[in-house]
Amino acid sequence: MTTPLLNVTGLHKSYNVPVLSDFSFELLHGEVHALVGSNGAGKSTFARILCGLTPANQGEIQLEGRAYAPLTKREAEHAGVIMVMQELNVIGTLTVAENIFLSRLPNRVGFVRFGELNEMARGALTRVGLSGLDPATPAARLGVGQQQLVEIAGALAQNCRLLILDEPTAALTDPEIDRLFDNIRKLQSDGVGVIYVSHRMDEIRRIANRTTVLRDGRRIATHNAAEVTPAELVREMVGHDLPERKRGAGREAGEVALRVRGLCAGERVQEVTFDVHAGEILGLAGLIGSGRTETLRAIFGADPKDRGEIFLGSATEPVKIRQPSDAVRAGIGMVPEDRKLDGLLLGQSIRVNTTLATLKRHVRGGGWLDFRKEGQTTESLRTRLALHCASGEQTVSELSGGNQQKVVVARWLARDCRVLLFDEPTRGIDVAAKDMIYQLLRDLAGERKAMVMVSSELTELMALCDRILVMSAGRVVAEFLPGQWSQEAITHAAFSGYLSDSREVRNGRPEGGSAPA
Amino acid sequence: MTRFKRFGEYAALLVIWVGLLLLFGALSENFLTALTLGALANRVPTLMVIAAGMTLVLIIGGIDLSVGSVVGLAGAVLGVALIDWHLPLWAAAGLSLGLGALVGGANGLLSVRLGVPSFIVTLGMLEIARGLAYLVAHSQTKYIGAGVEGLSRPMTGIGVSPAFCVAMMVVAATQTALSRTMFGRYLIAIGSNEPAVRLAGINPSPAKIAVFALLGFLSGLGALFYTSRLGASDPNAGVGLELSAIAAVVIGGTSLMGGRGSVVSSFFGVLIITTLESGLAQMGATEPTKRVVTGGVIIIAVVLDAWRHRMSGQGFSLLPRFCAGTRDKASAR
Repeated sequence: MTTPLLNVTGLHKSYNVPVLSDFSFELLHGEVHALVGSNGAGKSTFARILCGLTPANQGEIQLEGRAYAPLTKREAEHAGVIMVMQELNVIGTLTVAENIFLSRLPNRVGFVRFGELNEMARGALTRVGLSGLDPATPAARLGVGQQQLVEIAGALAQNCRLLILDEPTAALTDPEIDRLFDNIRKLQSDGVGVIYVSHRMDEIRRIANRTTVLRDGRRIATHNAAEVTPAELVREMVGHDLPERKRGAGREAGEVALRVRGLCAGERVQEVTFDVHAGEILGLAGLIGSGRTETLRAIFGADPKDRGEIFLGSATEPVKIRQPSDAVRAGIGMVPEDRKLDGLLLGQSIRVNTTLATLKRHVRGGGWLDFRKEGQTTESLRTRLALHCASGEQTVSELSGGNQQKVVVARWLARDCRVLLFDEPTRGIDVAAKDMIYQLLRDLAGERKAMVMVSSELTELMALCDRILVMSAGRVVAEFLPGQWSQEAITHAAFSGYLSDSREVRNGRPEGGSAPA
Repeated sequence: MTRFKRFGEYAALLVIWVGLLLLFGALSENFLTALTLGALANRVPTLMVIAAGMTLVLIIGGIDLSVGSVVGLAGAVLGVALIDWHLPLWAAAGLSLGLGALVGGANGLLSVRLGVPSFIVTLGMLEIARGLAYLVAHSQTKYIGAGVEGLSRPMTGIGVSPAFCVAMMVVAATQTALSRTMFGRYLIAIGSNEPAVRLAGINPSPAKIAVFALLGFLSGLGALFYTSRLGASDPNAGVGLELSAIAAVVIGGTSLMGGRGSVVSSFFGVLIITTLESGLAQMGATEPTKRVVTGGVIIIAVVLDAWRHRMSGQGFSLLPRFCAGTRDKASAR
């Protein structure tokens, strides 16, 4: 063993905050090296740097001893670095064969040679155990698992020296996983190096030679995979340097405000049941893709529910929520994960955004808008939320992330919603603005609002919440009260749905990606 | 948009229009006469009312290609009602207006309920309405004469026709509805970000359907003006009118991406495009030349608008909303 296949030293990458700091990594020829870490640890960023989707700020990468800094995905692929993404990139309207060889269709002066293409595709499919599949099938007709295998087949069909697999088994069944692992072993014996990103400890133990733990963009440890237990890995992912126990605000929970019973929605939300009380902040923890966002959206009526009931207060009759307008009428407001895409009218003023859900209260007879009253509402909320802006007439797109978030909250406060659902309320905003949002949430709790908050930052949940539920693979798997919780325990619970061999529990697909058509 | 900015835009459009008038006045000596200007005022009402409605449709990020055909259909029905059924003018006019609203409402309903882009639905309606116009009129032009001509005859003292006055009122009313009512606010919000409107607890469908019905109604009104100017009902009326209307609205600066626009600006757009055509005709330009020049002006106007908004940091795509697919719900993480 002379030069390693991949040698990374001192890698830095930051967007607004550092995502990777002084990261070092080594991958040998024929090695499967697993990367583990909590949400936001930097795994995906590292993978994106390797396959040319984003450049590093600093540091050195050597591929087989030569400097390697791909600027495009094409360049990375030329060097033999190929990634199978978590999000499926299969194009449903093309055939399986076309998907596999899209960037290099066999042709004669531009005319595709379909015979040759399908022949090549048959070979590639056989390698992943899909020998029975007709390469001319439109990809949209395949299930998610088969689509994933088609992607892997596409990667294997290239001249591949370094393969990056990001949660490759998320949608696969046991036999399919076995076959995938056989393939990985075959690649290993050809000297191909594999970086294997996954949440699933049992699979890592089966396939990986070494495991590297990432936390907050740093390499914490590298182990021989066989010598480390899942519990040890989880402990390292969480870290010890952070305060282990943080109490919630010590608020008195009031009467029950919202009860969710047996909520099921699609594959991602399974039998979710919980209560939220007035003046309480309930945290929803879990890995990305564990069904937290989907739970909020289903409660709010933004996505259809399959089953389950929602009760307001102590009512004995459930409320019917078929669309967001039903939820809003019932006094529920949602602050969506992506405020720009789903929350704001970016090109409009703060006033227009603030009064959007309460226009009916801002009209004089006959549908005439009462601009003065709109202005008053905006002004009072601006003061109440300490919104930093020139005036209520300022365009929302000019505000900072934290202030934009406040505008979305202002909309629901104008409506006096009793229940507020927050989905990653501090995502993508700077530290000072985060503190602003925390203070806001505490104030709202003081005003007896009932709140459910999804966050991927455990410290944030532990600092703010009165109770934390942990979701894993679409189910609520644990409930923690202040004083009982620790990062380690919560992280353990978050992984639990993906840990064991209980495949039935594993309904959700970790991480996003569009569902097949 | 602040009031100050808005008046700045009106002033810019006014300057362009006056500039065109002066340009043609300098190039052709009998352009700046009461006769030509009167003829100009007499030509605009049909396009004016349709452009007013089209502005609202573009603001929600939709488009309506069927307006020209609806003018043909409503005009044909007007002729048949007056001549064959001997209905009084008010009843015949009511029939055309109602029919226009009905066709427009159908456009909106189909687009909203079936989730089909309005581009496609109204493209289909363009053919359907034109076909119906020929069927209703047996492909014949019907002479009506004095029964309708009064609407387009300049009134003594003011010099403009009743049709022109009604068109001005329509512009004022739609602009007021847009900027001062709940309905208008919803239109702007839907055009800015429809998913966000839905998640704010507002069902956007009623407003979307209503805005298409309104444009249909205004197309019926346009048909009335057109018929009165001709003194005859012609099933060929309004061919290509949808393009002139969209062009006028776009020249006025309304965004094809939705969420931004003004009816008053479209009013200036109509004046500009009509003046351009009349002026070129006056100078003896042939129909083909006129079309080449008008087309060029439309492209310049849109490019300038897109450029201006890239400068101010909003919107990077020239792709209009009705061309884009709806966002995949499953990928909304």
